[in-house]
Amino acid sequence: MDKPVNNAAWLLVAPVFLIVAFSAILPIMTVVNYSVQDTFGNNQFFWNGLGWFQELLDPSTELGGRFLDALWRNLLFSAIILAIEVPLGILVALSMPRDGWKVAATLVIMALPLLIPWNVVGTIWQVFARADIGLGGWAINALGIDYNYTGDPLAAWITIVVMDVWHWTSLVALLCYAGLKSIPDAYYQAARIDGASRWAIFTTIQLPKMKRVLLIAVLLRFMDSFMIYTEPFVLTGGGPGNATTFLSIDLVKIALGQFDLGKAAAMSLVYNLIVLALCWVFYTVMTHAGTERRQEENPA
Amino acid sequence: MASITLDGLAHAYRPDPRGPQDYALKEINHVWRQGGAYALLGPSGCGKTTLLNIISGLVIPTRGRILFDDRDVTQLPTEARNIAQVFQFPVVYDTMTVRENLAFPLKNRKMPREAIARRVEEIASRLGLNSVLDRKASNLTADAKQKISLGRGLVREDVAAILFDEPLTVIDPHLKWQLRSSLKELHRALDLTMIYVTHDQTEALTFADTVVVMHDGAVVQTGTPEELFERPAHTFVGHFIGSPGMNVLPAKVEGRTAHVGDVAIALDRGYAALPVGGRIELGVRPEFATLAAPGTGLPVKVTRIEDIGRARIARIEISGNPAAAMVPEDLSLDGDSAGLTLDPRQIHIYADGVLVPGEAAGREGAM
Amino acid sequence: MTLELDHVSLRVRGVPFIKDVSLQLERGSLNVLLGATLAGKTSLMRLMAGLDAPTSGRVRMEGRDVTGLSVKKRSVAMVYQQFINYPSLTVYENIASPLRVAGLPRAEIEARVLSAAKLLKLEPYLQRTPLALSGGQQQRTAIARALVKRADLVLLDEPLANLDYKLREELREELPRIFASTGAVFVYATTEPTEALLLGGHTATLLEGAVTQFGPTAEVYRRPANLATARVFSDPPLNALRVTKQGHTVLMENGTVLPASGPLAQVSNGVYTIGVRAHHLEVEDIATAERITGNGLIRLGATIAVTEVTGSESFLHMDMGQERLTALVAGVRRLEPDAPVEVLIDPRHILLFGADGQAIAPARDAAAA
Repeated sequence: MDKPVNNAAWLLVAPVFLIVAFSAILPIMTVVNYSVQDTFGNNQFFWNGLGWFQELLDPSTELGGRFLDALWRNLLFSAIILAIEVPLGILVALSMPRDGWKVAATLVIMALPLLIPWNVVGTIWQVFARADIGLGGWAINALGIDYNYTGDPLAAWITIVVMDVWHWTSLVALLCYAGLKSIPDAYYQAARIDGASRWAIFTTIQLPKMKRVLLIAVLLRFMDSFMIYTEPFVLTGGGPGNATTFLSIDLVKIALGQFDLGKAAAMSLVYNLIVLALCWVFYTVMTHAGTERRQEENPA
Repeated sequence: MASITLDGLAHAYRPDPRGPQDYALKEINHVWRQGGAYALLGPSGCGKTTLLNIISGLVIPTRGRILFDDRDVTQLPTEARNIAQVFQFPVVYDTMTVRENLAFPLKNRKMPREAIARRVEEIASRLGLNSVLDRKASNLTADAKQKISLGRGLVREDVAAILFDEPLTVIDPHLKWQLRSSLKELHRALDLTMIYVTHDQTEALTFADTVVVMHDGAVVQTGTPEELFERPAHTFVGHFIGSPGMNVLPAKVEGRTAHVGDVAIALDRGYAALPVGGRIELGVRPEFATLAAPGTGLPVKVTRIEDIGRARIARIEISGNPAAAMVPEDLSLDGDSAGLTLDPRQIHIYADGVLVPGEAAGREGAM
Repeated sequence: MTLELDHVSLRVRGVPFIKDVSLQLERGSLNVLLGATLAGKTSLMRLMAGLDAPTSGRVRMEGRDVTGLSVKKRSVAMVYQQFINYPSLTVYENIASPLRVAGLPRAEIEARVLSAAKLLKLEPYLQRTPLALSGGQQQRTAIARALVKRADLVLLDEPLANLDYKLREELREELPRIFASTGAVFVYATTEPTEALLLGGHTATLLEGAVTQFGPTAEVYRRPANLATARVFSDPPLNALRVTKQGHTVLMENGTVLPASGPLAQVSNGVYTIGVRAHHLEVEDIATAERITGNGLIRLGATIAVTEVTGSESFLHMDMGQERLTALVAGVRRLEPDAPVEVLIDPRHILLFGADGQAIAPARDAAAA
C-alpha cells in the first residue's frame, strides 16, 4: 500500500536483473555442472551423478568427515562471536554519550575498525599476536602465560575470536545506538516515575525498542561470520593442523590446492544452501516482527 | 496527597543568566492546593513545559524552592517525588499486557502480589479497562493507551499529584469529550491534585478550576475560567482565551467615553488614572459585541460572516480596525454596513497591555 | 480542472480501506474530508494523488481517465501534518524548489515565490531557514511551496493538527482566502467538525472508508442524510436516542412515554433514532425550579454527571438511564454531579432517522441551525 504505481520502474530494474544473471545465475549453473562430474585435469570430465553429494553428507568418508568438521567449526565460531559481540555491542551502545561533541568523537572512533580491509585486519593481528615480535603476544608471554597461536589450537581460536570482536563489535554497537536514539525521552521519564530499576528500563523499554535493529545486527554478523575466510587465512592459514579450517578455507584448499573441482563444487553448493536456509529463517523471523508492527500502524 | 508550593521559582537553561531575557521561566510564586484541578495554559515556548519539568523533577530550577506540603523536594529526583505523569504521546510498555503495565509501578515498589492484583483491578474498572486487561498494550487505540498511562499513575496510593502534558494531542475529537469527562469524574472521586499543561484553551478551561495563563516565561493571570473570560488581566489573556479572542482596539479615553478612530464608545466606568503617553486599548469580547441592522449602535463595516454551526461570527471593521462580533439568528444584512451594540459592563480598558480597573458608577472620574 | 472519483474502492491484503467512493470535485473548489482517524481520509487522498491505484473504479481529471497514472505525470501538490521543509535551504529556496526542479526562468521563479510569500505573510522570513521559524511559519512555508507549483490538485492532510490552538485559528481564518485566489481543486482532510464549518466549501463525511454524504458544508451539517453523517459532523458528540413510535405516543429507551410531536407526529409506527446537537438542548435545574416554557417542548429527566465551564459557556454531561447526553448552554452553569435536571428539546431541532439510519424528513433549514 505504500508503493506508488509506476510501471517505468521495471525498466530501471532491468539492468540489475541482467547483472544478477551474469554474476550469480551463470556461475552457479557452472558450479552445478562441475558438482555432478569428476575431472582428472586436462579439461576431461566424467559423469559422477550425485556421488559427491552422497560422500559429502556421509561422515564416514574422508570428504564428509572434513566437511562436517569444518561446518561444526563454522557454527561454533558464529555462536561464540554472536554471544560476545551482541551483548558487548549493546553494552557499548548503552554507555555511548547521547549528546554534545562527544557523540561525533565516539562515532568516529567506533567506525575506525570497520574501515580496515579484512586482509589488513588479519595482517595486523598476525603481527600483533606473535610471541616473538608482536606487542600483544610478547606481553602475554611476559606475564608468564604460554601463548602461541601458531602452535596451540586454543590460542589460535582465542586470537581469531578476539580479532573478530575487535573488528565487528562496533557495527553491532552502532546499530544498537541508532535503535536507542529513536526512543522518545518520555519513555525514560515514565519509567523513572514508575520507579523502574536500571535493569527494568533495559528489559522493558530499551530491549523491545532495539529488537528490530538487533535482528538486523544478528543477521549481518551471523552471515558474515559464517562465511569468514580472509582473516583466519591470513592469520593462521587454517592451522594449527585443521583447528581453524573453516568451510571457506577448506573449500579453497580442495578447489585450488587439490584441484578437486567436483568435490569443491558440491561442497560450495551445500554451503550455499545452508547459508540460504539460515537467511530464510532470519528473514521470516524479521518479516514476522515487521507485520506485527504494521498492524499497529495507522492504515488510513 | 499534598499541596504544591512554588517559592520564588525561576529557571534559565544557560548557566550564567544575566538579564530577564535569559530566563525561560521568570520568578513564580504559587500554591497548588491539595485536590485542586489546575491548568497551565500558554503557547509553545511560554515556559509551561519547563515549569512542568521542574515539578516532576526532570529539571532543577536555577532559583527558588518547590515544596510538596512542607517537604522541600527541589533537589529530589523524579522517582523520589510522589508524582505521576501522562505524556503527549502515549507511553506504554509494548511487550506487556495492560494488566502488567498497570502493575509495573507497584511491582517496582515491591508491593505484595495479592495487593497489586487487587489495586490493578480496582483502577482498571475505574478507567473502563477491564475488558482489555489481558491484551497486549501495544495493540490498543491511542485513547486506551492514554488511559493506561494514567492508570500507571493512579495505581500508586502514595501519588500526590498527576501531571498531564497535552494528553489529548493524538486523540480524535469525539473521544476527547469522553476522555475529558472521565478525567473530571476521576478527579472528583479520587481527590488528587491534577496539573494539566496545554495550549488548547477549551481543554484548559473545561478541565481546571484554576487556570494559570503563561506568556514569555511569566504568569500573566491566574483565575477561574469565568475570571479569565470576563476580566482578562492582560490583552494577551484576552486574545489567547476565547475563540475568536477578545477584540483589542487602539483607543483614546476621555472620562466615560472611548474613541476608536472616529467612533465614540460609551463606558460603564471612569478612567482617571490612565498613564500619560502609554498605549491605551479597549478590549471587548466578541460574545459581548452583537451585530445589528445599520443605524443601530456603532457604525461598522462587515468583511465576512463565518458560520460555525451553532452561531454566526461576523468579521468587521471599526474605523478600519479589525474585530469580531456575534450575528443574531434573525439578522440578515444587505451590503457591508451594519450596526454594533456592545455590553458596556464588558468593555475593558488596557494601558500597555495591562487591565486598568476603572472607577465604578457613582464615583465619577476627575474629568 | 475537475477531479472525479467513479466508484473507487481500495483493498489492501483483503482489507477494505476505501469502499465504493464516488465524488465530483469542481475547479476552484475547497473540499473537506471530515472523519475520525482511520476513517480513510489519507487513503482517499493517496488515491486522488495517484500515489496508490484503486482496486476498482476510475479516477478522472478533466474527464480524462488517469487511473493508475503515476503521481509524477499528474499535477498534484501535497501538504502534510508534519512540517516538511528542506532544513538546510532558506524559506525562499524552499518555496522555489519545485520551480527549480521544473526549470523555470529565474525571473518567473522570483515573481511566483514573492507572490506566494506575500499571500502567506512570509515576506520577512524569506532569508531564514525553516528551523528558525515557529511551527505556524514552517507550515506556511510548506503551504506556499504547494501553491507555487500551481498544481491542478492541492491535497492538505490535517495541515494544522500539529499547530498551537491560536496559530491554528489564525491560519484557518486565512486559508479560504488563500484557496480562493487560485484555480485548483483543494482537498483538505480534518478530524474536526468546527474546522470543516470554518473552511466552508464542500464537505464529504467519511466513516470506515465510505463517504456517507457529500455536499455544500453548511447543508451537510444542517441536513445530514443519515445518522452516520450527523455523528461524524457533530462536536460535541451528537445526542442520539432510540425511540419507538406507537400511535400518538413515543416510548423512550428508559421507559419515558411522551406525546408524539414535531417530526415524530408525522411518521408511521416503528423504531427511530432522534438526534439533537448539544447546543440545541436546554437544561433546567429542578432545584431552582426556574421553568423554561415553550410550546410542545420535549422534557426528559436526567442527572448531571460532569459539568465543564469554559467561562462563557458550559458543557453539561448528563446520564439518562444508560445514555450519556451532552448539552452546550450559554453562560456559567455549575451544576453539581448527581443533581436532577430536566432536558428540554425543541422538536423543531430534532434530526430524525429511521431504523436503517437514513434521515426521515430533513429538518427545515432555519429550525436546525
